[in-house]
Amino acid sequence: MSQAAGYRVHHLTRYHYGSPVTLSLHLLHLLPRPLAQQRISQQQLTISPEPSQRQQRLDPFGNPVVNLAFDQPHRELSVELTMELWRQPRPPEQPSPSWQSVVNAFAYHGQPLAADLLEAQRYRYESPHVHLKRNFADYARDCFGEDTLLLDGCRALMAKIHSEFTFDASATDIATPLLTVLKERRGVCQDFAHLMLACLRSLGLAARYISGYLLTLPPPGKPRLIGADATHAWVEVFCPSNGWVGFDPTNNCQPDLQHLVVGWGRDFTDVSPLRGVLLGGGSHDPEVEVTVLPIEEISTAD
Amino acid sequence: MADVIAPWLADYPLSEDRYHELMAADGQLRPHWQPLMDQLQGLSPAQLAHRQELLQRQIQENGVTYNVYADAKGADRPWELDLLPQLIPAAEWQQLAASIVQRARLLDGVLADIYGPQQLLQQGLLPADLIFGHNNYLWPCHGIRPHGGRFLHLYAADLARAPDGRWWVIADRTQSPSGAGYALENRQIITRTLPELHRQQGVQPISGYFRALRNLLTDQAPHDGEPPLAVVLTPGRYNETYFEHLYLARQLGMPLVEGQDLTVRGDTLYLKAVSGLRRVHGVLRRLDDDFCDPLELRSDSALGVPGLLNVVRARRVLVSNALGSGVIESPGLFGFLPAIAERLLGEPLALSQLATWWCGEAKVLDDALARLPQLVIKPAFPSQSFEPLFAAQLDTAGRADLARRLRAMPGAYVAQEQVRLSQAPVVTGPGQLEARAIGMRVFAVATANGYRVLPGGLTRVASEAGMGVVSMQRGGASKDTWVLADGPVASDAPASRQLGVRDIVRRDSHLPSRVVENLFWFGRYSERCDTQARLLRSALLRLIGEDGGGSDTDEALATTQAVGEQFGLLPEQDEDEPQELPARLLTACLDSKFHNSLPANLQRLYSAAAPIRGRLSQENWQAVAALARQGRSFSKVEKDLGDALAQLSPLVTALTALSGFALDDMTRDVGWRFLMLGRRIERLQFFAGATASVLASPALGLQPAASGLSVATLDSLLLLGNSLITYRSRYLSSPQLLPTLDLLLLDPHNPHALAFQLEMIDRGLEQLRDEYGNAIDNPLARPSERLRALDLQVLEPSLFGDIGQQAALTSLVALLHDLEEQSAALSDRLSLRYFAHADRATSYGVSP
Repeated sequence: MSQAAGYRVHHLTRYHYGSPVTLSLHLLHLLPRPLAQQRISQQQLTISPEPSQRQQRLDPFGNPVVNLAFDQPHRELSVELTMELWRQPRPPEQPSPSWQSVVNAFAYHGQPLAADLLEAQRYRYESPHVHLKRNFADYARDCFGEDTLLLDGCRALMAKIHSEFTFDASATDIATPLLTVLKERRGVCQDFAHLMLACLRSLGLAARYISGYLLTLPPPGKPRLIGADATHAWVEVFCPSNGWVGFDPTNNCQPDLQHLVVGWGRDFTDVSPLRGVLLGGGSHDPEVEVTVLPIEEISTAD
Repeated sequence: MADVIAPWLADYPLSEDRYHELMAADGQLRPHWQPLMDQLQGLSPAQLAHRQELLQRQIQENGVTYNVYADAKGADRPWELDLLPQLIPAAEWQQLAASIVQRARLLDGVLADIYGPQQLLQQGLLPADLIFGHNNYLWPCHGIRPHGGRFLHLYAADLARAPDGRWWVIADRTQSPSGAGYALENRQIITRTLPELHRQQGVQPISGYFRALRNLLTDQAPHDGEPPLAVVLTPGRYNETYFEHLYLARQLGMPLVEGQDLTVRGDTLYLKAVSGLRRVHGVLRRLDDDFCDPLELRSDSALGVPGLLNVVRARRVLVSNALGSGVIESPGLFGFLPAIAERLLGEPLALSQLATWWCGEAKVLDDALARLPQLVIKPAFPSQSFEPLFAAQLDTAGRADLARRLRAMPGAYVAQEQVRLSQAPVVTGPGQLEARAIGMRVFAVATANGYRVLPGGLTRVASEAGMGVVSMQRGGASKDTWVLADGPVASDAPASRQLGVRDIVRRDSHLPSRVVENLFWFGRYSERCDTQARLLRSALLRLIGEDGGGSDTDEALATTQAVGEQFGLLPEQDEDEPQELPARLLTACLDSKFHNSLPANLQRLYSAAAPIRGRLSQENWQAVAALARQGRSFSKVEKDLGDALAQLSPLVTALTALSGFALDDMTRDVGWRFLMLGRRIERLQFFAGATASVLASPALGLQPAASGLSVATLDSLLLLGNSLITYRSRYLSSPQLLPTLDLLLLDPHNPHALAFQLEMIDRGLEQLRDEYGNAIDNPLARPSERLRALDLQVLEPSLFGDIGQQAALTSLVALLHDLEEQSAALSDRLSLRYFAHADRATSYGVSP
């Protein structure tokens, strides 16, 4: 069994507005939630200019969320997060029940529900980006046979999406409907996560969207590029014998030491890193820099 | 006695399988209808026609409408109201009202649970599918305990009377129930139409409900000791019940606002008033909850208030109903409510419900499939694109298809018994009654001492006899609903509390900036259309030659053309295919595709007026609507100078009437000042520019100016300045330059003179400064000073000769251009100072 892995994460988002923004409100899902398998040893969120209001609370899914308000005209906004996270390896997997039995356990029987099942119910339905359609259930059907075990089915679906879809950052944006993604067979990590959620939920399973970071490996012999990493998205499925189990359809792997969790929700909408409303501003494309550095590399560099 | 009124009841179609409001199964009149039938019996056909007319006229005069989105014309449809009220005896109502109160308490408890501890879900009393699977379950609202702890302030139930005479609830309205305003309007109209009967019958007054509603939004709101300000939040004038929003706002004495009129700073909600930001304590929301906050809810909503949820979270505002309340409108809940009532209230559910089953349970689904032909299948969630299906009306293939859909996603469907609606009488002619299906919407409002039910409601009537479905959307009518008193009735007090001398308000300190901005542009476009129509008319008159023609006319036409071109009122010339003036004039008059044509500007006038319709008198609004209609009809006018001219003259008259409304029909409050500033600025800008253009026209450059302006040109100028009559009566001769300029530029008594506009603008700005402090720096001050100092003597030829006169003229032209430019600058400054925070917001999101 491997040791905990430590990372330093730097995540900078900067806006240059075409014209002054007179008033703006923002919702930040940037601060990571503390987890049994992920410890936060340091974290600093720096906002510039100074907001007129800054509040932190937990959202209904238990993620830390920061509300920002600016009531003075500003032409720039920079949101900079630095933190150190320690990630434990994935616990060994227990045998999972058949997927059918899990779907049956969710069905309404007029009986009291166990707390974890009730919590999992939140992630079984339509959400703004994940619509439930027969097309998605049909796509997943050959991965989930009559007696397929839940986690085996999920692994098969993950592998299927990975092999049949092309990663193409230019093919989609956040407004692209999932049915288009399914038809065109291209997209980014967010699309693949949403697609896998739609498949699993259309079958009646509970699955949630994970927003986080992924440690990328530089090409052999090349130094790591600073700021070239990106935020990442994958899914977790509720399994009665294992709790929530992760699947990354973009990389066809089960998240382990390289996947850092920020938070989760029904889909991207619930944990969008930054969203907001502006008065004025004109065009505004952000510059985003993300660097995930293993702590041992930092000490080697010293 | 039934036989006395036989003429009315002789052919009343009594059917056995339904309840008849009017008669028992044996054909006996129900006793509580006796006085009404007596009165009807006493009316001669002429009197009946008179009452019907009176009723129709009130609907028209009050402008009661119901918008139908699906209507191809997008038009406001007049409200339909039957002469005969629906009658309910006191004892029957008392029981019904008590069960409505219980249901409101119950649903409020369900909301508190599902947005809080979720014990109903955990205990298996409610399936998660119906809550988490509902697109109106707003996760961002989970964990929010609203001010006062109440979620459901306004509740409405759609009721139907079963054949056994019992009232059944067929749907719950918990999002933002509409209809109470229409009920009040119906009451006011019918009371005026049947005053004797209303007095004689003893009808329970409904004004108490509206007092309670106002009290809820003000006194019960978190006002922290401040005078509470409550607003009605509307999605806007395209909403189907916009009339009701307007009407309620007026009756409750609360500003009617749109999302962009409100703003959040810190934890506080404000109204963007011209006077500055005013804290809002209560919001009667007529906007669906998921549209209410683009920051945390639907980010594609342009109708909401960014940050509203945060204010609710801080309990600094009362929003009625609580955000997220729409989720329990699902008919799927019905089957679970009896057990929930026992759990939450410890009482059995009092109000009968139409038998309704959620298909998400395997056993229920099997039962439903077995007796499909007797059922109506409805969607459990509003997000489904699925219209209710009467399985009985489907063929075998249709039923098989429906069964497949149900099996594929059973939790998304609800099966309901078919309802046989009771029948009420509708007057179709003298001595003629028809039985129509009715449904009744009843309303409850939360007070400090529990729910209060409006004694009455909105009775809706099927659009034709034999039709089983009642729907306003599909063109049904309505009835006033009288709950009869069992004792003496206090006279119906006005809907608002009695106001004393210290309550008297002479100014509206809650005037939204957006309203003022629209009033300002309403003023500008009124004036713009007016001058444009005059300019075009004078050109057409000359072209047609009604004034004799000659070289004079050519010069006058050339200067008119110059003015038209300067203001972009004539279409640009295409270099390859130059058009003759007549063709260009016709385009300017008739072609709405030319962006600055008269019909295009009439449309803009309408667009500026429509959002402030509530501030215009009915006649004023009708005049605007008629102008817009006229403008739209121009495209059908023959492309002929004579025909175009025939259209313009009545238009000029109508536009003049509009300015009459502005002067005499509106209260001279701040909003009016902005309207008049808009008019003055527009007139000044146009007329200063036009005069400069005429004085500098190329025709004059060749010869001494003063003598060079032809009579026809001066005539045109005077006509454009609406001062020709004045000139003629003063000078009794053809126009000459100096007196013309005096009349048009300097005469302080001529309401069309530049000096007059400047004086009025000055006064308007002064009044704004008195009202709001911080005067804006008036860019017109300097050119205005120079105009006042202008001595027309310099234009007299004898003094300095032609050269001097030419120089004086040039400097006058420069001054006029300066006035024109600074008018535009003033308009911009007013916008910045008073309308700036009326900007629209945009949402963004970052993709990973």
